[in-house]
Amino acid sequence: MLEVLLYIQTGLCVFCLYRIIMGPTIADRMVGLDIFGILVVGICAILAIHTGRMFILDIGIAWIILSFTGTLALAKYLENKSLNE
Amino acid sequence: MINEIIALILMSTGILFNIFGCLGLVRLPDVYNRLQSATKCVTLGTCSILLGVLVWFGFVNIGVKALVAIPLLFFTSTVAAHALAKGSYRFGIKLGRKSVHDDYEAENRAFLSKEKKEQEKQKHKRPLRKTGKPS
Repeated sequence: MLEVLLYIQTGLCVFCLYRIIMGPTIADRMVGLDIFGILVVGICAILAIHTGRMFILDIGIAWIILSFTGTLALAKYLENKSLNE
Repeated sequence: MINEIIALILMSTGILFNIFGCLGLVRLPDVYNRLQSATKCVTLGTCSILLGVLVWFGFVNIGVKALVAIPLLFFTSTVAAHALAKGSYRFGIKLGRKSVHDDYEAENRAFLSKEKKEQEKQKHKRPLRKTGKPS
C-alpha cells in the first residue's frame, strides 16, 4: 500500500515538470516550481514511514523553508524590485 | 493496527487532493487559476499526509516533527502564493480570455499609471541627453 502511494506521489511530479517545461509565460514556470517543492515534502513524509528512518522528515522541513525563500526571491524578481525593498 | 489503517486513509485522502491540484495545474487556462487550484489543493493534501505520519507513529520524535511541519507548510505556502500572484500581476501578465472580473485592477491602477509615467519620462529624457552632450 505504501509503495503504491509513493509511486503515485512521485508520478505527480511529472505534471509539475510538464508545466515547468511547457509553460507559456515565466510565471507559469515559477508556479510549477513552487508546487514541485511542496510535492517533494509529501514524498519525504511517505519515505520516512516506508524506510523507518527518521532523518528524512528533517530533509522535508528544510525543503519547505528553502522553497519558501526561493519562491519569495523569484516573486520579487518578477515584480522588478530590488531584494531589500 | 487501527492507527495504521487510519494513517493510510489520511494519506490516501491527501494524495487524492494532490492529484486534483496537479490536474488543475495542467488543465486550467490561466496563471492565476493555476496558482489558486494548485496551491490550495496541494497544501491541504501534503498537510494530510504529514498528519498521517503523526497518526502512524504517535507522539514520539518523528511524529512531533511532522506536527511541527504542518503549520510551517500552511503559512509559508500561502505567503509564497500571494507574493507570486502579486508579482505576476505587476509583471503585466493578462487574465485569461474567459475571466470576467478584475478586482485587483483598481488597487493597482495607481501603481501601473505611475510606472507608465516614469517610462514616458525616461523616453523624453533620452534625446535630451544625447543633444546635451558637450561638443
